[in-house]
Amino acid sequence: MPENLIIITLKDKYMKYSKIYFNKPWIIFCCSLLLAASAAAQTDNDAIMMTKNNFCVGAMYGYSSWKNYWEGTFKRDNANLGTVSSQMVSVMGNYGITKKLNVMFSLPYISTKASQGTLHGLKGIQDLSFWVKWMPIEKQLGSGTISLYTIGGYSFPVSDYVADFLPLSIGLRSNNLSLRGMVDYQLGSWFATGSVTYVVRSKVNIDRTSYYTTEMHYTNEVSMPDAMQLNLRAGYRSSKFIAEALVGNWTTLGGFDITKNNMPFPSNKMNMTNVGVNFKYNIQAVDGLALVGGGEYTVAGRNVGQTTTVSAGAFYILNFSHHKKTTKTASPKTN
Amino acid sequence: MKKSILFSFSIIAVAGILFFACSKKVDGRTDNIAALQPAKTDDNAGTWKTILLVSPTEFPVAAPIATNTPDYIAQVNEIKTWQKDLTNDEKNIVKYWSAGAVLRWNEILRELVAKHNLPPYQNADNTYPFPSANNPLAYPLFPFANPPYAARAYAYVSAAQYDALVAAYYYKKLYNRAAPYNVDATVNVLIPKSGLPSYPSEDAVVEGASVEMLKLLFPGDQDYIQLKAEEHKHARLIAGANVRSDIEAGEALGKAVAQKFEIRARGDRAGAAIGTAAQWAQLETDATAKGEIPWYSLESPKRPPMLPLFGKVKAFLFDSLTAISLRPVPPPSTSSQLMKDQTAEVLSYSKDDSREHYRIVHFWADGVGTYTPPGHWDAVAAEDFIKQNYSEVRWARNLALLNMAEMDAAIVCWDTKYYYFNPRPTQMNPSIKTLTGIPNFPSYISGHSTFSGAAAAVLGYLIPDNASKYNAMATEASMSRLYGAIHYRVDCETGLVVGKNVGNYAVIRAQNDGAGN
Repeated sequence: MPENLIIITLKDKYMKYSKIYFNKPWIIFCCSLLLAASAAAQTDNDAIMMTKNNFCVGAMYGYSSWKNYWEGTFKRDNANLGTVSSQMVSVMGNYGITKKLNVMFSLPYISTKASQGTLHGLKGIQDLSFWVKWMPIEKQLGSGTISLYTIGGYSFPVSDYVADFLPLSIGLRSNNLSLRGMVDYQLGSWFATGSVTYVVRSKVNIDRTSYYTTEMHYTNEVSMPDAMQLNLRAGYRSSKFIAEALVGNWTTLGGFDITKNNMPFPSNKMNMTNVGVNFKYNIQAVDGLALVGGGEYTVAGRNVGQTTTVSAGAFYILNFSHHKKTTKTASPKTN
Repeated sequence: MKKSILFSFSIIAVAGILFFACSKKVDGRTDNIAALQPAKTDDNAGTWKTILLVSPTEFPVAAPIATNTPDYIAQVNEIKTWQKDLTNDEKNIVKYWSAGAVLRWNEILRELVAKHNLPPYQNADNTYPFPSANNPLAYPLFPFANPPYAARAYAYVSAAQYDALVAAYYYKKLYNRAAPYNVDATVNVLIPKSGLPSYPSEDAVVEGASVEMLKLLFPGDQDYIQLKAEEHKHARLIAGANVRSDIEAGEALGKAVAQKFEIRARGDRAGAAIGTAAQWAQLETDATAKGEIPWYSLESPKRPPMLPLFGKVKAFLFDSLTAISLRPVPPPSTSSQLMKDQTAEVLSYSKDDSREHYRIVHFWADGVGTYTPPGHWDAVAAEDFIKQNYSEVRWARNLALLNMAEMDAAIVCWDTKYYYFNPRPTQMNPSIKTLTGIPNFPSYISGHSTFSGAAAAVLGYLIPDNASKYNAMATEASMSRLYGAIHYRVDCETGLVVGKNVGNYAVIRAQNDGAGN
C-alpha cells in the first residue's frame, strides 16, 4: 500500500527530539495484486524532520501475502495462485540539510512467489526513490504545535524487472513524481498526522507489442493513470516507545478493471484502503539506535490483493556536524 | 530564503508534472500511417484463383448507372454536400480508413479476438461453463477466442474478403466506371487518387464481407462491428473515393460472398470441437492403453481440454487425409530415458529465468487476453505489408494465404496434440515452474511452433527479402516455449517442421493462383 516512510519523533525527557524513521515501500507492492508499490513508494507520511547534518540510515525486512483478491469489484481466490507472497529487504536513509529541509531515499529488493499453480516467482531490485521534504510552517496552536509540510518525491526503476507479469511482478516500472501536502498536530506525547499526495506516473514499456485494456493498443507502451493517496495516523510517542495506528487509501485516477478470469495489468484501476499499526523501540543503551516493526491489512480494494503485511527493521542516526555534542539529537520541531 | 526555496520547489514540481503529463500519450504503430497508395493496381485480379467461389460471377453485380445520368450526378453532389462541412472527427476517420480496408478490418478482428480470449471462470461446483453462440452476451461470453478459434476466425474473414475482392475486381474491369473524382474534377478527394474503376467499391466489399463473417464469429459484438462498418462506408463517401452506388454494390457483393463462407463454417465441424465428457475420457483411456501417461489439466479446478476435436475441422488447403498425413511421428514415450532427459532440460530452463528469457517468452506468449499467435503473425505481416504498398486485393490475398495456413496449422497441431495426448513438462515434474501460463491442452506438438513455422513459410515466400527474418522470428517464437518451461524441445522443433509443411501448401497455392508476387 501507499505506505511509506514513517518517521517517528522521539521526545526525550529533556524536551529534545531524536528522530527515527522507517520506510515500507514494499508494502505497496505487496498489498496489491500488483504493485501500486513503486507508485506509492514516494515519500514519508510522517511529520518528522532530521536535524541538520544528521543522517538516519537503516534496513527493513517485510513479508506480505494475500490469498483473496478483487477482480474489479468481484472478490475471489484463485487455486492457480494459492497465496501470493512477497519478501522485501530495503535500505533507506534520511539526511537533514537543515532542520526544515530533509532529503530521503529508499531502495528495496523484492522477491515474489505463488504457493500454488505453476507460475515462476520474480525477484530483483525495484525502484529507487528520492524525496525532498520541507517544513515551512511550525507554530503553537492551543496547547500543542501545528506544522505543515510539503514533500516532493521521484522514483524510477533501477533494474530491468518485468512489469507485465502480475501478480508476480515486483513493480510497475513507471517513473513516479509525487507531491504531498501534510499537516501534523502534536499535543504532549500524542500526535496526529494527515496527508494528501498526488502521484503522476509515466508510461511504461512492456515486452509485448500489443495489449487489450478496454480496447486494443498496438504498441508496447502503456499509459499509466495517475493516483491519489490519503494517509491518517495518530498515536503516542515517548523516548522509549512509540505506537501509532494508521489508515491509508490509494486510489488510481483512471485505469480499468481486470476482466473476469483475466490476468492483472499494470494500468489496472488499483485501489486499496489499509489499516495498520507501527511500533518503535528506542534502545536506551545505544544512543541513536532504534528497532521498528509494524503490520498492515487491506480492508477494501479493487484489482488488488487483500494483503497482510508484517515488517521489522533497525535504524541508526549518524551525525556529520562538527558539533559532536549534538549528536543524535535534533532541533525541536515543536516547542 | 524561504520564498526562494518555495519558488524553486514549485517550478520544479510544475515542470515535472507537465513533463510527465505530456509523456503519457501513447500512439499505436499504425495510428498515423499514410494512406494506402498501391504500387500496382492489380486490375486483372478478377482472374485470380478464388477459394470457395466457383467463378467471380457466382454472385452477379448489376451494371452501374452511367456517370452522366441525373442519379449519378446526385450521388456526386451528396459527396460535395458532405465535404462542405467536415468535422475533425470525420477527417480522422477518413485518415484512419484510408490506410487500407483489409488492414483495418484485420486490426478490428485482432481486437475482438483479444477481447474474447478469456477462459471461463469456474462454476460453484468446480465445473466449467461453456459459452453459447445462441446467448453470446450471457457469461461466459461467446466466443472463447482461444488459438484454434482465432486461427479459424482469421482464416474465414481473410478468405471471404479475398474471394469477394476477386469478384469485385472482375466487375470493376467489366463495368469500368471511373471514380467520382475522375468523373467530376471538382470533387475534393481526400485520399490518393487511383485509376482503378470504383464500381463496386473495394472498401465496401471488404466491409460487407467482414461484417457478415463477424456476425457469425462474434455475435455479441454487433454494435461495435456495425459502428465500424458505418464509419468505414461514411469515410469512403466523404473522402470522395466512392459514390453511394459504388458502396451499396460493394457491400452487397461482400455480404453475398461471405454467406457462402458462412455456410462452409457452419459445416466445418468446428462446432463439435469441444467434444463430450465421454470423448475426453476416451482420450485418457486411449493414451493409457498405449502404455503412456495421459495428459491432464494443470489448472485448478481441472479444466476440460481445449477443443480436443479441432483436429477434425475441415481445412482450407488440403483434405482430411492429407491433414492426418501431416501428423508427425510420436513423441518420446513418457517412460523413456529420452523423455526424462527432455524433462530435465525443461527444468534447467525453468531455473534459468534470465531477463532475456522473460523478454522472449513474454514477447511471444500471446496467451490469455491477447490476439493469439496467429494474430501476432497477422500483426507482423501487416506491418510489413504496409511497406509493400499492396493493392487491397493483394493485401487480402496475402493475408488469406497466411491465415488459411494458420488455421490448417491449428488443425494439424490439434490433431497431433490429442492423438498423442502427451503430458506437459510440469506434469512430469511438478518442480518445473513456468515463465508464462501453461495452456490447457497436451504438449506435443507446440502450437506456437506450428503456427510460426507455417507463417514463416508463407511470409518468406510472399516477401523473399524478409525470409530469413521470418525464419529467425519463428525459431525464437518456438524456443520461447522451451525457455518458458511449458514445452519440451521435441515439441518445439517438431512443431516448427510440421508448421513449415503446412505453410508449403499455401505457398503452392500462391504459386498457382494467378496473382504472381
